[in-house]
Order: sequence, then C-alpha cells, then structure tokens
Amino acid sequence: MTDSTESPDLSRQGGLTRLKEGTYGGLFAACAVITLLTTVAIFVTLLSDAVVFFRATPIAEFLTGINWSPNPAGGGQAFGLVPLLIGTLVVTITAAFISIPVGTLTAIYLSEYATPNARSILKPLLEILAGVPTVVYGYFALVYITPALKATLFPEMSTFNALSASIMVGIMTIPMVSSISEDAMSAVPDELRQAGYGLGATKFEVSTGIVVPASISGIASSYILAVSRAIGETMIVVVAMGAQARMPAIREAAFGIPFINPADVLLESGMTITVAMVQITGGDLTGGTLPYNSMFALGLTLFVVTLVMNVISDIIAERYREEY
Amino acid sequence: MSNTTSDDSLITTEVQTESNDESAPPAGAGTAVAARDLNVYYGDEQAIDDVSMEIPEKRVTALIGPSGCGKSTFLRTINRMNDMIEICRVDGEVEFGGKNVYDDDVDPVALRRKIGMVFQKPNPFPKSIRDNVAYGLKIQGFDGDVDARVEESLKGAALWDEVKDQLDSSGLELSGGQQQRLCIARAIAPDPEVILMDEPTSALDPVAASKIEDLIDDLAEEYTVIIVTHNMQQAARISDRTAVFLTGGELVEYDDTAKIFEDPEEQRVEDYITGKFG
Repeated sequence: MTDSTESPDLSRQGGLTRLKEGTYGGLFAACAVITLLTTVAIFVTLLSDAVVFFRATPIAEFLTGINWSPNPAGGGQAFGLVPLLIGTLVVTITAAFISIPVGTLTAIYLSEYATPNARSILKPLLEILAGVPTVVYGYFALVYITPALKATLFPEMSTFNALSASIMVGIMTIPMVSSISEDAMSAVPDELRQAGYGLGATKFEVSTGIVVPASISGIASSYILAVSRAIGETMIVVVAMGAQARMPAIREAAFGIPFINPADVLLESGMTITVAMVQITGGDLTGGTLPYNSMFALGLTLFVVTLVMNVISDIIAERYREEY
Repeated sequence: MSNTTSDDSLITTEVQTESNDESAPPAGAGTAVAARDLNVYYGDEQAIDDVSMEIPEKRVTALIGPSGCGKSTFLRTINRMNDMIEICRVDGEVEFGGKNVYDDDVDPVALRRKIGMVFQKPNPFPKSIRDNVAYGLKIQGFDGDVDARVEESLKGAALWDEVKDQLDSSGLELSGGQQQRLCIARAIAPDPEVILMDEPTSALDPVAASKIEDLIDDLAEEYTVIIVTHNMQQAARISDRTAVFLTGGELVEYDDTAKIFEDPEEQRVEDYITGKFG
C-alpha cells in the first residue's frame, strides 16, 4: 500500500463527457426505435388497407372462397384465399420434408462427426448456399430439376409445377436448419458427451440420445425459421411454379371424407400467396382498386401466419430450454 | 447389486502384502487393472513416463500428484477416453480382464461398459433422474427390471432417500453434491467392474464432498475404485493404495496408503506430501 498524498478526484465529470454519453445512448435507442416503428408501421398499413378490402369482400368469403381471380378479362372477379393457401401449404410442407431431415443430419454431422478441417470448409460452403439469390434457385428448378423429374419420375408433369419449386425451396432452407441447429448442438457442453462415452455409448448414441435432446429447443427454432422462410419465399415459386391459381380437384375417400391428392397439386402449376401479391403489383394497377387492396389482405394473412409461427417457436424454445 | 467379475478372466498377480496395515489388501486379492511399461504422449509431449503398476480389485486406489503430473491422463488411459484426443498416443499395455485394452480387437465402447467413470464436474444429462440412471442400461440393451436397477443404483449412491419421490424431475434440479451422487448412480447402474473417478469432489462444498468420500468407501466393497485427487487428506482418508505421480508423468512411489503418508521411501514424495512443493 502506498500512501496517497492527495485524495482521489471523485467529482462528477464535466458537461462535455456527460453530453457525449447521453448522445450515444440516444443514438442507440433511436436505432432500436426505428426497427420497432417499422414493424408497427407495416402492420398498421397492412391493416388499414386490408380493412378497406374486407369492407367489399367479407372475411368469411375471402377465407373460404375457392376461386382466386382478382383481375379477370371477362368478369367474375373473385377473391378466394383457399387455392393460394393450398399452394403455399404444399410448397411449405414439401420443402420442410427436404430441409428438416437433410438440415438436421447435416447439423449432426458438422457438430459431432466432422473433423475440424471438414467443418471449417463445409460450414462456409453451406452459408454460401444461403447467400445465393433466390431467383437463381428458381431458374435452376425450372431449367434443371423440372426436366430431370419429367425425364425420370413424372413424365406427365407440367413445365411449371409445385414439386420443383418445393424441392428448391427445401434446398434453399437447408442451411437455415443446419446452421442454427449446429450452433445449438455445439453449445451442448462437452462434459455431457464425455459422460455418454464414459458409459460406453457409441458416437451415434451420444449424438442422437444426448446431444440432440439437449439442444432440441434450438433445433425446433431452426425448423420454425426455415418453415417461415419457405412460407414467404416468392422468387423461386414465381419462376418455377408459374402463376395459375388452380383449385385442385377435391376427391372423396372412404366414408365420404374429402381430400386433395397431393399429386394434383405438386405436378401442376399453382400459385402461392406471395406469388398472387407479385402478380397484382406486376399489373398496371392504381391504388384504391379492389385488387390493389386485396394485396394487403394477403399480406396481412402472411403476416399473421409468420407471427403465429414465431410465437410457437418462442413457446417451444421456452418450454424445452435445457439449462446445462 | 452383484459383482459379476469372473476371477479367472482377470490377471491374478498378487499385490504387495508385506504391510501389516489394516487397509492393506488381503493376500490373494486379484489385480483389476495393470499397466505395463505405459507411455502416453500428447503430440511430442510425454504425459506418462514408463509407468507400471497393478491396481488391486475391490480396493480404493488413489492417484495423487501436482497439476500436470499425468494422473488424470493415466486414469483416462484405462478406459481409453484418451482415444478421443487426436494427438494422444499410447505405448505399452493396460491389462484389464486378462486382455491388453489397447489390442486391436478391443472395442473401446465395450471396454467402457465394464469401466464406469465419474467426472470432476457433476455432469448429469438434462433428463429426468430416472433416465439419467437408466441411460447406461438403455444403451447396453439391459432387459431386466430397469426400475429396480435404478432404485438399487440410487441406493448404492446414497441418493435414493433424497430423490425417491421425484424420479421424474430433471437431474439438473439437484444440488451439486446430489448431482455428483446421481452421476455415481449412473456409473454403477450397468454394474461395471471398475469405477474411475477424476477428482469427483473438487467442485463440491466440504459437506457434499464428505458424503461422496463415505460413499467411495462403500463402493469399494463391490467395485474397484481408482480415484484421482488433488486433496492429499482425501487420499489418506479413503484409499487403500496410493500412487504418487510427479511432474513429467513419472510414477514415483506406489504403496499402501499408510506407508506413503507415514514413511515414504522417496524423499521427493515426502517433500510433496508435507507440502514442500506441488
């Protein structure tokens, strides 16, 4: 200990420092507020124009109508969401069947099996896959996947079809699943793996029985994110699936239960909610017309769907969060 | 829990019996694990330097020594946990069950099913208490009464009375000492022959640590316990045999615990034990 001859200066800093500190704080807060305001503004805009639309078209009619024809040449304008919803769901679900298994297994490989060298090469490559513009994926689907499927499995498939688009959307969302899941798995402490190996578990048993359950909340979040992304995907679908709002034939199974044969949707062209919006903006529309306003109703639908997905994701993450 | 050791499959070399200390293994106690001319390297660095030792079965053997002396490495060499470290290289033999565990035809997974391990930091799985204990049984395809074995193991780890009403709650909700006893229950559930403990009490408070020490004493009735510890008093209290490793992975002295602590042969060991270095 040294003797201090003068007492330390504890007085408040001068005005300039305080002003600077205050300015920084305000600047950061302003940026945060911008995000918040944008979200609120989008929601308000969507809602106000959608309300105008729903005044002309009742919500029930919009939600249950099976005919989407916003801008007919002849007449018989109709705003039925169902064909678009079917298109969106089919693309999303089919894509999930690709992105979730492939993405999860890739994540397990990267986190548990890959050597550090392999990981350092593969992870950036996967992230590049996430950076490819989606229009490129769309043309890839149209120019390569569709002809390949036509030549092999489905000769009767149409040039624009939901299957190729779905496969491509699935591939596009693989990195989202694999990257976020891998982060979650890598965060599992090594002690848990050691405990498993110490009990005579194989690598497979440690990966699937210990690491995956311990990181399930992160993995589930990655699924929701990938699915949300697939719901909102537009370019791939516009290019590869075409833009025909088709209502598939409703068939009757045993006991009169109606169902839709997935092949009727997958092998034909179709339209998703996002594509319907693109089509409307693509026309020379002026504001205030009904088709113009329908766009906002569609936007609101998507907004609600993704919001619900995000909430589900949060609930899952909260419920299964593992403290280790 | 019955110990299913088949004595004929083990090497039956006699351990040193000249000591008249009570804790000395009785004549004829078999050897559970034997190292012969064991050298372990991490890359160019030698972690174990030509160690040969025989570890008696159903006794507590303590490995002590300063940090970096190779005692943990030695422990992990026995169940081949070092296999997972890429730069680790092992020369020489570790005999267990009449076999060199480093032979080509030995599957480390099968080996680890016979040799349980308890780690420094309690590491229960983020699963229920029951699933934690049953994990080893599950992966080994145990087809008996799992619940009975879980109860038996938790009793064996002196944890049953504290958790019998909450078997379905997460193992992570337990206190640190309880978690470590849960890990011990998990290790003994598949009925191994040897239990390796890598500083099992160093992350615990003194009360929890002393419970583990009592437990180790009981475990030695059925299992061979090999424990690495930083705590010399602990080694003196709980072990029958003590091996002193000093820097460079050299096994300096290995004898009955009483002999090591009261009258070691080596000056270096005496200096270490009396706190002159280390």
